[in-house]
Amino acid sequence: MGSARLYAAVAAGGFRRYATYRVATAAGVFTNTVFGLILVSAYLALWDERPHLGGYGQAQAVTYVWLGQALFATLAIQGGGFETELMERIRTGEVAVDLYRPADLQLWWLASDVGRASFQLLGRGVVPFAFGALFFPTALPDDPALWAALLVAIVLAMVVSYGIRFLVALSGFWLLDGTGALQVLMVTGMFFSGMALPLNAFPQPLGDLVMLLPWSALLQMPADVLMGRVDPWSAFAFQAGWAVVLLAVGRWAQGAATRRVVVQGG
Amino acid sequence: MWIRSTLAYRVSFALTVVGGLLVTGLDFVAILLMFSQVDVLGGYALPEVAFLYGLSATAFGVADLAIGSAGRLGVRVRDGTLDTLLVRPAPVLAQVAADRFALRRVARITQGVLVLGWACAVLDVGWTPVKVLLVPVMIVSGGMIFSAVFVAGAAFQFVAQDAAEVQAAFTYGGQTLLQYPPTVFGRELVRGVTFVLPLAFVNWVPASYVLGRPYPLGLPQWAAFTPPLVAVACCAVAGLAWRAGLRTYRSTGS
Repeated sequence: MGSARLYAAVAAGGFRRYATYRVATAAGVFTNTVFGLILVSAYLALWDERPHLGGYGQAQAVTYVWLGQALFATLAIQGGGFETELMERIRTGEVAVDLYRPADLQLWWLASDVGRASFQLLGRGVVPFAFGALFFPTALPDDPALWAALLVAIVLAMVVSYGIRFLVALSGFWLLDGTGALQVLMVTGMFFSGMALPLNAFPQPLGDLVMLLPWSALLQMPADVLMGRVDPWSAFAFQAGWAVVLLAVGRWAQGAATRRVVVQGG
Repeated sequence: MWIRSTLAYRVSFALTVVGGLLVTGLDFVAILLMFSQVDVLGGYALPEVAFLYGLSATAFGVADLAIGSAGRLGVRVRDGTLDTLLVRPAPVLAQVAADRFALRRVARITQGVLVLGWACAVLDVGWTPVKVLLVPVMIVSGGMIFSAVFVAGAAFQFVAQDAAEVQAAFTYGGQTLLQYPPTVFGRELVRGVTFVLPLAFVNWVPASYVLGRPYPLGLPQWAAFTPPLVAVACCAVAGLAWRAGLRTYRSTGS
């Protein structure tokens, strides 16, 4: 019970920390809206040429774009969450102090990242999405149950995203310099999560393959849940499955890494 | 100095260049994926879109290499380290440009040139000497236009401090916009990036001449040869904005 309160406090801290940067948040909203506008135009041209590409109509393609812009910062799809900070702590050796604390490394950063993601969803996600829904023809459901399901799918996506980035951060124990790993995170995040193009619009058999990877839990699943294109429970099961696998691998890597830590003498 | 420090770790440098090629190359892969589903986008075929893409990516890469470090200005304004640059006997803008000069950014140019080269090779265009000459002119003027946007964005950061993302909307957003044909976008948006923020002169307008396409907004034919003038005008405006921004600078602390 006491530890639950600790992690709740860490999450609240993560939320408050990002809430401090008001101008940066407004700037982010502006950027996501601009990119949304560009992508919507490109997608509309694409769907003009190939109506019902990937089973989406034009309105659904537009909805997909704005949901993507809303979740881009929330899920740190190209990085930009806690992972750079943790990597820096690993590089400098400060992580040794963290490991002595009476809190679990993985859970601590998970709580802090969920706090960050929750703020980004409210602060950076809602406005571009509302803008898109207001000025473009979107395919939004009336059924409140689907909106509730979307929320669950987003929370699960947060955990999957964390699971991926925790592994990337821990790679710092072996690689020391994180530049390469962060670059890989950027590439895979942008491509396999469907930020560039919805995964169901990928050519086959590539399309089937990318749907099985964990990144499809980030944007594709919430989008399909919102638009009623997938049974919410099977989407949740897919996301939760990857969350458990990623967290378990992260736990194992954490154990292997801590046995490697050598504290440098001064 | 920054070049030497980068080259000190040769393997790491090679890896970041290769990684950079992959990261920037993915934009084009996304376009290829789109074209795996359709034959034309906004009425433009793949080689034509690749031509637009290559021009915009190369011009942007040139600007990013020259002055992309200006994106970090907000950090310096916030933590007060800009003061160090102010007391040195060299122009502040030159120092900002050289700050953490990242040679790895050649990856972006390489990628753009590769796509551009491929596009020129497969394009079904009657190449005349004028058209051939226009390509390097577009890259240089485009690089200047993007540089002007970087500098103006940096000037804005004197006022806004932690609004680096607003700058990204115009620099990275502008580059993404120009990857697609102008026919894809609404008339108001095209008008905005032609007359207000003249990004259309990086590739859309001059490329219309090379590709023999109707000009965006029905501009006259000679508009294809104005990019150098537009570039000089942009740099002048950006220079004024920079000086105005620098004058408003108050250091951190009391």
